[in-house]
Amino acid sequence: MADEIAAETLKETPLAGMHQAAGARMVPFAGYAMPVQYPAGILAEHAWTRDHAGLFDVSHMGQARLVGPDQASVALALEALVPADLLGLAPGQQRYTQLLNEEGGILDDLMVARPPTPSAGEGGELLIVVNASTKEADYRHIAGHLPDGVTLQREDGLALLALQGPDAVRVLDGLAPEAPGLAFMQGMPMSVAGIPAYVTRSGYTGEDGYEISVANGRAADLWAALTASELVRPVGLGARDSLRLEAGLPLYGHDINQETSPVEAGLAWSIAKRRRQEGGFPGRVRIAQEMAEGPLRRRVGIQVEGRAPAREHADILDGEGELVGKVTSGGFGPTHGGPVAMGYVVADVARPGTQVNLVIRDRRVPGEVVKLPFVPHRYKR
Amino acid sequence: MTIRYTRDHEYISVDGDTGTVGISDYAQAQLGDVVFVELPSVGKSLAKGEEAAVVESVKAASEVYAPVSGEVIGINAELENAPGTVNEDPAGKGWFLKLKLADPAELDGLMSEAAYAEYLASIS
Repeated sequence: MADEIAAETLKETPLAGMHQAAGARMVPFAGYAMPVQYPAGILAEHAWTRDHAGLFDVSHMGQARLVGPDQASVALALEALVPADLLGLAPGQQRYTQLLNEEGGILDDLMVARPPTPSAGEGGELLIVVNASTKEADYRHIAGHLPDGVTLQREDGLALLALQGPDAVRVLDGLAPEAPGLAFMQGMPMSVAGIPAYVTRSGYTGEDGYEISVANGRAADLWAALTASELVRPVGLGARDSLRLEAGLPLYGHDINQETSPVEAGLAWSIAKRRRQEGGFPGRVRIAQEMAEGPLRRRVGIQVEGRAPAREHADILDGEGELVGKVTSGGFGPTHGGPVAMGYVVADVARPGTQVNLVIRDRRVPGEVVKLPFVPHRYKR
Repeated sequence: MTIRYTRDHEYISVDGDTGTVGISDYAQAQLGDVVFVELPSVGKSLAKGEEAAVVESVKAASEVYAPVSGEVIGINAELENAPGTVNEDPAGKGWFLKLKLADPAELDGLMSEAAYAEYLASIS
């Protein structure tokens, strides 16, 4: 009965009907009924994305706009909460960053885009995309820290589709001639198959690809237009997870959380030089110290010997059998062709090539610390 | 040859005092793509309901329990290199292990093919 009640209160994305028609298996995820896989299965969906183009419904993610009298006011308002350089974000550019707490822990990770020109009537504007499970808390946090004149507008009327894989550019070329001209982490409003959308060249698979923001009411039309291509197949959350794990991309709530800092998480590349020097973001003291002296622990990749996947929470032991860390994401990497894992280890074990043991069902399985990603990124820079 | 099912979706196909254990077609479909199967060593004694094997899909690990008590007298070594056989042919080439039955009377507590079909209808 508890399950039935929970199922009734799950939210749906505007693409629920398309998933049902495609035979998806739906699961609860962050309060939404989401497709975990389609009849092809996770392995086939994963491979299709690496080889062609996978289409993902990520409409559960939170989309919002920050608007204000001018671009600098909007950028500075968000800079007070994240360590990225947003003042230097050029029109049409997008950046990855993290909302930080006062201790330098990560409240959420997010994408921030500056449109080529602000929407009519706005002096300055940033578009943000946050995680589904944290969006309510994120919005409260951001709205509660904005100066006068800058406001956060939820965009609950927007859906988000991700088209990922080496053929994504070919597919969009026919439907949106401006899309191939974008480089990785660039975006602009454009018409896709005649449907108004905001398109960025970005994603969460390690492949070239696009994320397409579209009005809820047009999402199904866009889904249909994209899946009309024989290069495109729908892909569920199961393969989204195995793709991002192979790409070494952290998953909020697992690989990063309120305890982990961006430096520990290997995300220091996203902290701009100007921000390191000037500060002015939460947790600056810890982050400056970790950047100067090195963090106590680091997120690393772990190559697991044999075939048994090491899952989240598995203990990581050093050669002497001492506990030196925990796996935060682990599973089978279909493209890698074997188990892949990431986790945190103490700093002196974090060097690639270090031998460790993973505890899988009370057995010790040898592993090696490796550089992420497991499968090279293929972004179009 | 008699086939019996558990409520956890294992099957045991019995021939004399030997039983071949695997997971049902329903179970493989629920798990999705199988990427690894951990099997017990030959000679191990298993009590009814004890963990006999672990089957890993892309998403998660699931335990497979011994439907009845017995000694492991064979394992399907083919699954090491071809775990997807569990999805393709769960009742045939995708078997997990063979048991020498300790007490054939334990089979009476399991479901027949027809009873299992009814059970599946009741839970889906």
